[in-house]
Amino acid sequence: MRKIAVQINGRVVEGEVEPRLLLGDFIRDNAGLTGTHFGCEHGVCGACTVQLDGEPVRSCLMFAVQAHGRRIATVEGMAPSATELHPLQQAFHESHALQCGFCTPGILMTMEAFLRAEPDPSPERIRAALAGNLCRCTGYQNIVTGVRLAADRMK
Amino acid sequence: MELHGIGASPLRKEDWPLLRGEGTFIADFKRPGMVHALVVRSPFAHARFRHIDGSAALQARGVIDLITAAELPDRGRPIPTRMFKDEAANRFLQKPLADGEVRYSGEPVALLIAESRYLAEDAAELLSIDYEPLEVVLDPDAGTVAGHLVVERGNIEAAFAQADEVIKEEFRIQRHAATPLETRGLVAEFDAGAQTLTVWGAAKIPHVNRRILAQLLGWEESRIRLVELHVGGGFGARGEFYPEDFLIPFGAMRVGRPVAWIEDREESLRAMNHSREQVHRVELALKADGTFLGLKDTFVNNTGAYVRTHGMTVPGLSISMLPGPYAWPAYRGEYHSVLTNKTPCGTYRSPGRFEVNFVRERLIDIAANRLGIDKVEIRRRNFIHEFPHDTGTLFDEHPVVYDSGDYSLLLDKALEAFDYSGLKRWRAQRSPDGFKRGLGIAFFVEKAGPAEREYARVELTDSGDVTVYTGTVSLGQGMETTLAQVCSTHLGLPFERVTVKHGDTAVIPEGMGSFGSRAAMMGGAAVMGAAVKLRRRLLERAAEELEAAPDDLVLTVDGIAVRGAPSRSVPLPSMSVEDRFVCELLGFPYGIHVAAVEVDTGTGAVGVHRYAVAYDIGRAINPVIVRGQIAGGFAQGLGGVLLEEFAFDANGQPLAASFMDYLLPTSEEVPDIDMLITEDAPSPHNPLGVKGAGEGGTAAVGGAIANAVADALGVEVTQLPLSPKRITELASA
Repeated sequence: MRKIAVQINGRVVEGEVEPRLLLGDFIRDNAGLTGTHFGCEHGVCGACTVQLDGEPVRSCLMFAVQAHGRRIATVEGMAPSATELHPLQQAFHESHALQCGFCTPGILMTMEAFLRAEPDPSPERIRAALAGNLCRCTGYQNIVTGVRLAADRMK
Repeated sequence: MELHGIGASPLRKEDWPLLRGEGTFIADFKRPGMVHALVVRSPFAHARFRHIDGSAALQARGVIDLITAAELPDRGRPIPTRMFKDEAANRFLQKPLADGEVRYSGEPVALLIAESRYLAEDAAELLSIDYEPLEVVLDPDAGTVAGHLVVERGNIEAAFAQADEVIKEEFRIQRHAATPLETRGLVAEFDAGAQTLTVWGAAKIPHVNRRILAQLLGWEESRIRLVELHVGGGFGARGEFYPEDFLIPFGAMRVGRPVAWIEDREESLRAMNHSREQVHRVELALKADGTFLGLKDTFVNNTGAYVRTHGMTVPGLSISMLPGPYAWPAYRGEYHSVLTNKTPCGTYRSPGRFEVNFVRERLIDIAANRLGIDKVEIRRRNFIHEFPHDTGTLFDEHPVVYDSGDYSLLLDKALEAFDYSGLKRWRAQRSPDGFKRGLGIAFFVEKAGPAEREYARVELTDSGDVTVYTGTVSLGQGMETTLAQVCSTHLGLPFERVTVKHGDTAVIPEGMGSFGSRAAMMGGAAVMGAAVKLRRRLLERAAEELEAAPDDLVLTVDGIAVRGAPSRSVPLPSMSVEDRFVCELLGFPYGIHVAAVEVDTGTGAVGVHRYAVAYDIGRAINPVIVRGQIAGGFAQGLGGVLLEEFAFDANGQPLAASFMDYLLPTSEEVPDIDMLITEDAPSPHNPLGVKGAGEGGTAAVGGAIANAVADALGVEVTQLPLSPKRITELASA
């Protein structure tokens, strides 16, 4: 067992964990933040994407011990308050960019980092950046629209 | 039209928690003292075993229990079929655990319960099972017949005798499946004092599954409660009664603690219902002018190792829906549904229709090519014009009678909206990249409903809040929003004040669930019925108190007042009304898919230049949600045409047991599509006129893309998927 401390959404979460514990399990079970979902546990679907020091990573492909002393952001930290949404969340809501919503947290974490790097992307660039996140419900069309709408508003 | 009423597209009620990471999917749900189950699965496609040695596993850290067939009542009772029952097939039902023989790779053999999933997986390594591999059957033509049906109407021999041309072809559709992004999962808790069970994680058909679980346990249904949480997609496969739906509650009873089971992706791809695998040998008889005379099809449906809850649904829907939108003087269909050593099958979005629309629409293009007739014209010439139209086939026990339609009208509208003549010009031009261009269309009829009855209750509080209780459930499709729109419109109170509750058998007395595009049609009609009744009662009661005619009253959240005299008012009472909508008949929406593709004969890649779907669904309650259903359905269809395949090696080992090998389409493969939603043919069978919109986006992708690829390459495409390997083979043929 290893003692670790990880800053998640600004709060330090400590735990004594087995070295094999996945980062995603630490976030979900130790920190109690279940908005990060496991869709495949082998790094393909992207549903478990969180941000590590601002960069998107798959929390099923990292061990919790590797995040010791680092800064993690999850979907729960996006909205500014209980009564408001982040502009990207709001744009997804208005664009019907989610159906079942299972993949949505991973997509939001991927796209939030993408828009910081590329604030004014073309639909083609959005599609390329989105290609590491699987969505089985929407056919992606409305997600691309939602990301573009958010980009317009966040300028 | 009101801002949030029927026909408007208010933003979804479902979105807020899902966007904020505050949803409760089954893996997010925890109970005090909860332990974790692992399903031990067969590594062989067919093997005998005599003994499961669990002694070492039971000694392992954190292990609580090991359950094999020997521990089950009657060593495990077979899971019954719920639809398209076939007595003869009951010999082949699956039991919760294999008992001495496994028949597919992934079949449950034992259940291990431990303090955590990690510890359960450790312990599973210590199990010793003396498998002796047996001969494996994978070829559907060599499978044991579980179900057989012949449907015949008109004089098929005479039709073929008159034919100027007969087109004969064999078509194959590969095995693929629903694959929702959230895997299955359950949490079960047994209350020993009350002798009751609660099971969280239900989906699709909670009330039906409660009945099946009660039957398998030998209990009264009232002792069992099933609860639906957030559901990460269904598409037919999720929510059927699987072995785990018995094993997890049973495990919770054995260990006396809540038991959770969360399927991982690898087991999901081997264990959840597969679908689609069929071989059709089909013949089309027609006159030289393109008039259809007869259609004959003999097909094999590979249902895998056991007959699951869907019984003969997929071959049954295939045989009944093959005729499609055309008037056939004679039709003969015959199926054999066969058992092989592969994962058992069930439905996947547009079950049976995705398959037969590919077969029929491809066959018609081959005929058009042979006769030199335009591909649009040969379809138009053979459309059904009179409605209702009795096809002479059955959906389970319900006659397949197309309720309403105007196929030519939709065709005209689609060709114009999608600029078909412009696409033809594009097709005729040379691609600057040297790709081969092709244009394909496919026409189809879908089905919606029935599962004959649905329940709704609408409750009003004196503060003006409205709660709708429905027997349908949410799979992510947006039914909370659409049913709230229906309620708001017919009750006359604001959409914002309506909350929709569903999926808890303790709160909702009955329900048939959500499948087969039935929720809007059946659930919507029941909600409408309850809302209309509630409004009438409110107004009649207020009319008496206010000594005014009900028609002169205005209903708002503040109360009921006389029109033009707001001081003459009464406050809202608390009132609850329930209703049941009963309908034995189906709705038959219909549509057209148009595909323009570019084929790279070097790499075998199929690029979709343009894709369009026209769909008449009778009435769209929420057009934005309808379009979302079509775009999402199309993406699944495209995956089935180009990418997704459950391949097996000669020993029956699955070759696609991860998302590295089972390829779901990504944002780079799925293009934006054009959509035309029309409301020209409302269903006469329900008061809303809706026909259900969930499956038409998927239904004809096989037909349209295969027709476009055939057009591009100038060869006849007869097999799916159109993988790069198949494309390069076709291109060099």
